[in-house]
Amino acid sequence: MIKRGLAVAGFLVLTSCGGGVGGGPPSNITVFAAASLQPAFDKIAARVKSQYYLATTFNYAGTQTLTTQLIQGAQADVFASADTAHMTTVQNGGLVGGTTSVFAHNKLEIAVERGNPKRIHSLADLARSGLVVVLADPSVPAGKYAQEALANAHVTVHPASLEPQVTGVLSKVALGEADAGIVYVSDIVTSGKVDGIAIPDAENVIADYSIARLNSAWNRAGADEFFAYVLSSQGQAILSGAGFETV
Amino acid sequence: MSQARIPAPVLALAAAGLLFFLLPLAGLIVRAPWGQVGPALVAPETATALGLSLFCSVTATAVALVLGIPLAVVLSRTQGTLRSVLRALTTLPMVLPPVVGGVALFLAFGRRGLVGEPLHQAFGIQIPFTTAAAVIAETFVAMPFLVIAVEGGLRSMDHRYEEAARALGAGSWRVFARVTLPLLRPAIFSGAVLCWARALGEFGATITFAGNLPGRTQTIPLAVYVALETRPEGAIALSLILLAVSLAILIGMRDRWLGSP
Amino acid sequence: MAWLAVSLHATIRVQRNGFALDVDLEVGAGETVAVLGPNGSGKTTLLRALAGLIRIEGRVELDGEVLDDSAAGRHVLTEDRRVGLVFQDHVLFPHMTVLDNVAFGLRRDRIRIASEWLARAGLSDKAGAMPRELSGGQAQRVALLRTLATEPRLLLLDEPLSALDVTIRAEVRRELARQLSGFQGVRILVTHDPLEAIALADMLVVLEQGKIVQTGSPAEVTARPRSRFVADLAGVNLLRGRGRGRQVELDSGAMLTAAEAGEGDVFAVIHPRAVALYLARPEGTPRNVWRGRAEDLDLQGERVRVRLSGTVPLVAEVTPSAVRELQLDAGAEVWVAVKATEISVYRA
Repeated sequence: MIKRGLAVAGFLVLTSCGGGVGGGPPSNITVFAAASLQPAFDKIAARVKSQYYLATTFNYAGTQTLTTQLIQGAQADVFASADTAHMTTVQNGGLVGGTTSVFAHNKLEIAVERGNPKRIHSLADLARSGLVVVLADPSVPAGKYAQEALANAHVTVHPASLEPQVTGVLSKVALGEADAGIVYVSDIVTSGKVDGIAIPDAENVIADYSIARLNSAWNRAGADEFFAYVLSSQGQAILSGAGFETV
Repeated sequence: MSQARIPAPVLALAAAGLLFFLLPLAGLIVRAPWGQVGPALVAPETATALGLSLFCSVTATAVALVLGIPLAVVLSRTQGTLRSVLRALTTLPMVLPPVVGGVALFLAFGRRGLVGEPLHQAFGIQIPFTTAAAVIAETFVAMPFLVIAVEGGLRSMDHRYEEAARALGAGSWRVFARVTLPLLRPAIFSGAVLCWARALGEFGATITFAGNLPGRTQTIPLAVYVALETRPEGAIALSLILLAVSLAILIGMRDRWLGSP
Repeated sequence: MAWLAVSLHATIRVQRNGFALDVDLEVGAGETVAVLGPNGSGKTTLLRALAGLIRIEGRVELDGEVLDDSAAGRHVLTEDRRVGLVFQDHVLFPHMTVLDNVAFGLRRDRIRIASEWLARAGLSDKAGAMPRELSGGQAQRVALLRTLATEPRLLLLDEPLSALDVTIRAEVRRELARQLSGFQGVRILVTHDPLEAIALADMLVVLEQGKIVQTGSPAEVTARPRSRFVADLAGVNLLRGRGRGRQVELDSGAMLTAAEAGEGDVFAVIHPRAVALYLARPEGTPRNVWRGRAEDLDLQGERVRVRLSGTVPLVAEVTPSAVRELQLDAGAEVWVAVKATEISVYRA
């Protein structure tokens, strides 16, 4: 996964260079976006293309992976992070070319099998013995947030697995091998294969998604157009439909 | 007896091939955060993951030996279409993306799996997310390497040894245990080494079927993957430790098993 | 030789890959049959069939026990046949010591019995050695002991000497002959070496293209070749006698003088080209000079083979021009001379 991400980044650098030397404003941009944004951003890209004749090439991966790639010198026009901390890292690296803006929030939900056969209604239920609970690894934001939420609820869970990717949590619940997992609301909405059990705001953790144009942008105008569209009412509507809370 | 000289183009390509292998390893060593290797080595998580890796890979190899050698024997005796089908089935895990293998293992041994569901309902046994699941995942992916090597050994074996043993009155089991197996030792050894190495580095099927829990299913490759997200230096340090341990074991075992290198 | 009891009675038919073996064989107890034939004649297939390693059409009966009967669907497995199989190259188990190899086929008192066999063969000092540490001759001798130790009823030898160096072949052949003479069962020896066949066998069976083309005692078979292969086989004059100093006393009473004759039971080999023919008694060096009578002449390629009777029956090979000079014809009386240095003599 990591290797593939780097290969894609290298490839993007090459193709972007090709676009840059052609002269005149290129009509395409490269966006590094958190993997959880894929369903919403793919729709946004389709709209942007039809309205502004701007083609978008995405590199979807975990926010940490994208941050690493950018710091290692990958070229991109826009970076959309699943939290503000990694955006700050990129900004501190002098890579952000304009303002950063929080454009969406994502909350956690308990993913359970369709129909909720184990009757799970709260975080406290996850501590029941005999229940197979799968969480994201604390090294990824979803896992860190899940731990925070469990701490807020004063619940101790013995997870069967700490998945390095949120998709691992989702697929194990969807396959019926895990009884429950903690993931983003947007993951449950777009997955469509699991049911979501809401977590009260008092216990929940809210992730702030942040977007910025990058210094390495070949196409500043295009990057700004994309940036603006994400924050526009149309862009926000798409994000809302994908399970995000809008700003 | 002198051997024919190796043609220059072959030598050049061999050198290129060696370089291709060695450069990434050299990169790992040159760029290694040596200051972190020490702390990583003594960190309890490292010892846990390393111990688990060794336990799982050795157990997987043992299971592969018990099941794989008989499978190779049967394979080597079949002919024609049956042989092609059996061989394709055996080698399937080699071409299957390991993650797909992990999903397939769920469908067989998971709580909803063909075998896993009756097991779960009758005895309450759950295989996924256990150390046993990690061993199963590694065995599934690595056993074909053993089977292929042993079958090759069987096919190139001089079967007159077995015939001589039979003529001396040895029944099929005695021939197998006293003659076939000892004569296959080099093939079994190289197959077991390949199998073990593949099991040690296994990632995709393990993380899918067994998940990632330190102390239970988090082997070194999984720990490296997780560490790569947050602290790449630690990941490189872990990789180096795995590399050193593998090398030490491979070199140490070779003499013991084969008598001479 | 009159057979007291027919110990092996075999009717074997094997069809595979366009090759057909069709052999009827009867061998008496204590007899050694040598199966001779060119490559691809089916010799090894015959042995493998008798050993039960391949399935056959037909019937094999050994000592009254039916080992194979395709009509009745009976096939006794190799391991249950009590047959001994000795291969061209020893096929000793490379991962076992010499002692363990010899003990492999034994059931009880394995180590003691195996040690005794090794001791009788003078190989006790090799008991702990691995097969790769043995010379070719030693390895083949151990292989023979390994087989004999199981006391097989039928001993099958597949070219047991052909992989050996010529220099040690005679030594191993002697040992083989000694061991065979003490063995009570039926012995079948596959070989392409006529010397081996004549030295070891009571009866020759000549196999060509899967069929028996000639059987009989070695003398019978070599005297009247009925096929190209047997003719080649009879290409040398092989004489047997007792050596003393440089003299060999043949069974017929005639004396040969050789460069070196050794002592005791010996073979003398004279190549037909070394047999010189004269109209008058030759003067000078030849030590072996007899009167002979040309029985018949046979043009073979650019040489004429002359079968001679007389004190020492021999085949001579001369040029057609010599035949003209000697006015040689069937019934002609000639002087026969062989130089002592042309007679090779070795112990039987």
